[in-house]
Amino acid sequence: MIRVSVTGTGLSLALALLLTGCGQQSPSSGGVVRIGQVSPLTGPQSHLGKDNDNGARLAIDEMNAKGLTLGGVKVKFELVSEDDQADPKTGTIVAQKLVDAKVAGVIGHLNSGTTIPASKIYHDAGIPQVSPSATNPKYTQQGYKGAFRVMANDVQQGKTLGEYAVTKLGVKKIAIIDDRTAYGQGLADEFEKAAKAAGAAIVGREYTNDRSTDFRAILTSVKGKQPDLVFYGGMDTQGGPMAAQMRSLGIKARFLGGDGAQSQEFIKLAGAAAEGVVASSPGLPLDQMPGGRSFADRFNAKYGQIQIYAPYAYDAAMTLIDAMVKANSTDPAKYLPELAKTSRQGVSGPIAFDDKGDLKNGPITLYIVKGGKWHALETVGGTAAAAENK
Amino acid sequence: MIYISDRWQHWRRDPRVAWAVYIALAALLIVLPFVTDWALGRSWVRIAAFVLLYIMLALGLNIVVGYAGLLDLGYVAFFAVGAYFYALLASPHFGLHLPFWLLLPLGSAVTCICGVLLGAPTLRLRGDYLAIVTLGFGEIIRIFLNNLDAPVNITNGPQGVNLIDPIRVGDFSLAQTQSFLGFTFPAVYNYYYLFLLLTLAVVFVSLRLEDSRIGRAWVAIREDEVAAAAMGINTRNVKLLAFAMGASFGGVAGGLFAGFQGFVSPESFTIIESIMILCMVVLGGMGHIPGVILGAVLLVALPEALRYLGPLQQALFGRVLADPADLRLLVFGLALILVMLLRPSGLWPSTVRRRELAAGAGESGHA
Amino acid sequence: MDIFLQQLVNGIVLGAIYALVALGYTMVYGILGLINFAHGEVVMIGALVALAVIQLLIGSGMPLPGPLIAAVGLAAAIPVCMALGYAIERIAYRPLRQAPRLAALITAIGVSIVLQNAAMIVWGRQYHSFPALLPATPHHFAGATVNDLQLFIVALAALIMAGLLWLVHRTRLGRAMRATSQNPEVAGLMGVNVNTVISLTFVIGSALAAVAGIMVAAYYGVAHYFMGFMLGLKAFTAAVLGGIGNIAGAMLGGLLLGVIESFGAGYIGPLTGGFLGSHYQDVFAFLVLILVLVFRPSGLLGERVSDRT
Repeated sequence: MIRVSVTGTGLSLALALLLTGCGQQSPSSGGVVRIGQVSPLTGPQSHLGKDNDNGARLAIDEMNAKGLTLGGVKVKFELVSEDDQADPKTGTIVAQKLVDAKVAGVIGHLNSGTTIPASKIYHDAGIPQVSPSATNPKYTQQGYKGAFRVMANDVQQGKTLGEYAVTKLGVKKIAIIDDRTAYGQGLADEFEKAAKAAGAAIVGREYTNDRSTDFRAILTSVKGKQPDLVFYGGMDTQGGPMAAQMRSLGIKARFLGGDGAQSQEFIKLAGAAAEGVVASSPGLPLDQMPGGRSFADRFNAKYGQIQIYAPYAYDAAMTLIDAMVKANSTDPAKYLPELAKTSRQGVSGPIAFDDKGDLKNGPITLYIVKGGKWHALETVGGTAAAAENK
Repeated sequence: MIYISDRWQHWRRDPRVAWAVYIALAALLIVLPFVTDWALGRSWVRIAAFVLLYIMLALGLNIVVGYAGLLDLGYVAFFAVGAYFYALLASPHFGLHLPFWLLLPLGSAVTCICGVLLGAPTLRLRGDYLAIVTLGFGEIIRIFLNNLDAPVNITNGPQGVNLIDPIRVGDFSLAQTQSFLGFTFPAVYNYYYLFLLLTLAVVFVSLRLEDSRIGRAWVAIREDEVAAAAMGINTRNVKLLAFAMGASFGGVAGGLFAGFQGFVSPESFTIIESIMILCMVVLGGMGHIPGVILGAVLLVALPEALRYLGPLQQALFGRVLADPADLRLLVFGLALILVMLLRPSGLWPSTVRRRELAAGAGESGHA
Repeated sequence: MDIFLQQLVNGIVLGAIYALVALGYTMVYGILGLINFAHGEVVMIGALVALAVIQLLIGSGMPLPGPLIAAVGLAAAIPVCMALGYAIERIAYRPLRQAPRLAALITAIGVSIVLQNAAMIVWGRQYHSFPALLPATPHHFAGATVNDLQLFIVALAALIMAGLLWLVHRTRLGRAMRATSQNPEVAGLMGVNVNTVISLTFVIGSALAAVAGIMVAAYYGVAHYFMGFMLGLKAFTAAVLGGIGNIAGAMLGGLLLGVIESFGAGYIGPLTGGFLGSHYQDVFAFLVLILVLVFRPSGLLGERVSDRT
């Protein structure tokens, strides 16, 4: 006798039902323009992924409220947001999915590890991609005409930080810690090169990983070397506790971080230890940007506190749409040349691309924590002309 | 339960019917990319290719966990070694561009040796101690891959290896759209067919192993190691062979993955991957090849299918009640629990197992 | 020398944290032979529930001393975790007691995923800062620094271990637990209500998870829906290192793991002349673990489970 499993049949039917809910997406018609957004929406970096999603969504909603007409058709933008779980395999599947859905452009991904393999798929399909936060230099070294980023890459930022530490903060002995991710390691290596070139001595190089919460062991090693400055290449969720643990161990050195540490979250997590911490962020301070303050207010009203990259995601979306407006078309083949020629003010800073797709001459601003808040210290780099443009 | 008559039994054992089924299955697998692309979109062809990769991995782990009963929580290490072996020798990283028909077998052999090396310290360990050590090895390999960029840059560290050569034979590259007999085959299709061929090879090897002396030795060790040793089975060699064979499948899958994706980084080889592959084996039906294949198909396809919870809610309720990104993994976890509660020996266990389980439950009664 | 002492202190405190989580873990492990992947998530939920209550209290503006607020948070988290542990056992593990062991493992993984994502939906994706409620006055001796909170955590772990040992070896319930872990059928024949004993074990383990959760969150000042994953893995490692089901073993395993990680991070660099660095600290910890298991295949203090073949 054969028993046909009811459970098995039931499960297969359920799966089939689910799949019928999908199927081929119809091409953007009737004025609906789909724009893709990819970031990790689940997992340990989901707070950053959702932040990107919110930033892009704010831009889309604002443009829809404006009501644009492109190529004689009234357009409505639709954000297709997908979760890539910070996993490169999933990233490529999601990229193909967006290509199938015939999106007109993609904002993403968040991590370099997923952005790079996905960029091949977007390139093959001719879809422009603007990443708000992928900083691995390799992304723009592949020769893809449609790959852009609106954030300075690690090389630029690390160099600025290294020089600033030695020349402006005047430190001679530096200890460097990084979290062994593509971002943290890339930033720390560039910082080390620049700091050495400026004449500082690197007294210690320690490492952690991006899941760790306890840094006392490596900090104790660092303490023994008696540095003037501790530089951390990594994110705020670890930088904050790290700064606090530094103080509790009695380490008096200054703490310097990159854009990963320059956030409200860092101050919350570091507590009293945040006072005096310096960190950099590509672009110009929100307050100095036209529309920057109101962006922050609008974002806070709708989505709460900005994590880190929401302004860049907002800029990525706006830049894509801006190029479409200039070309008066949502066809990637038509607006891609306009995208490459972008020169506009975003909320994070002036946006223009070099021939590789990197941000051209991006200024980098250094901030310091005073009285529990970030204050802009000074802006390095970037051309004055670009800042005064528009 | 639905009972079907004895005529079905007769029919089931008829070799002509078996052949007909195989031919139908073969035909289905051959046209699958075209049908899937047309019905669901090209991303699902890509998912199908990943399904095949994971079937290879699951069958490899099946040898270690299903046949030999060795709980391996670090299987992804072999996948990683295979992938990096291919990546380092067929990319601009060292400037070497060795051909895939050399690298895949070599990678498999290297991974095989790794399997033996990783298995050697675990021979005296049972159950969860073995699990922790294999988990440790999985992590150790990943950490080395992530950090061997200084003082000598071997693996390029967390930046990963990019621009890996696609799989090609001379001028015929799988990464380019090819035409044949009037049909166009985009890159994804080409890889799908290559993976299909190799998956069938892996299935074939698994089947032969299952029915061989080694296979029976593995089962003996799984059921009662002391008795097996008493029967004259060299438990040490047999266990090492299990690790070696399982690892070799992982190595092949790894090499294919590197060529397919064009980019490898240590982030792809986390503990969660090992755990997922284990879930595929157990959920499908440990030790039973069709079950393991089913487990792999479901656990790769389900999270992707759950992305459509948005449109599904739209269709059912007229609007989206809960953000699909929030629900996706939650529903996946619930599905795992539900399946194991309803079918504890797996969705498609071997009949032998099912009989054992029923006998065991009948004897000891319920707690 | 003072660096060495500080690293030792760091290691012991870190180890006490691991021990706190491992103690609850090993109780369940011993009695059911189940790798309870969901234990780390119960710790996480304990931390987040406590945080929610604490934020309420602080927000209400009542001038209460820090430790009292923390105690209230704990008092709120413990029942929630106990109920959660009971529910998990009844719904996900009890039906699978006769099933192959790996089936329960997969279910545990499923429960872990469900709890993580449920917590993500309820509490959001961001990292929550845990207020500094407990005193952390530093004490300096011989060049090393240790603060009150750290001392408290070590003392707490020792206390809990002592309490568990007393429970398991000196009470009727403990005897029932030991009997059930050795042979559930015979224990049942001897009049032990096996179901109740197993449920109670889970409940006690989950209560300990709540304590561990609040201490981890208070010590590091952070709580996040994904914090349970690594903690669970470390607890598993510590429990195995000490011997499955062995309570003293879990404490010893936890402390040892913490010290190994601490010394590994601090000294790999100098020991290998700069060839390897602190990024290999996990490798170091696992290598020591493997070495221990090669020489002591049942863990440092031996295991306390029935012979499952």
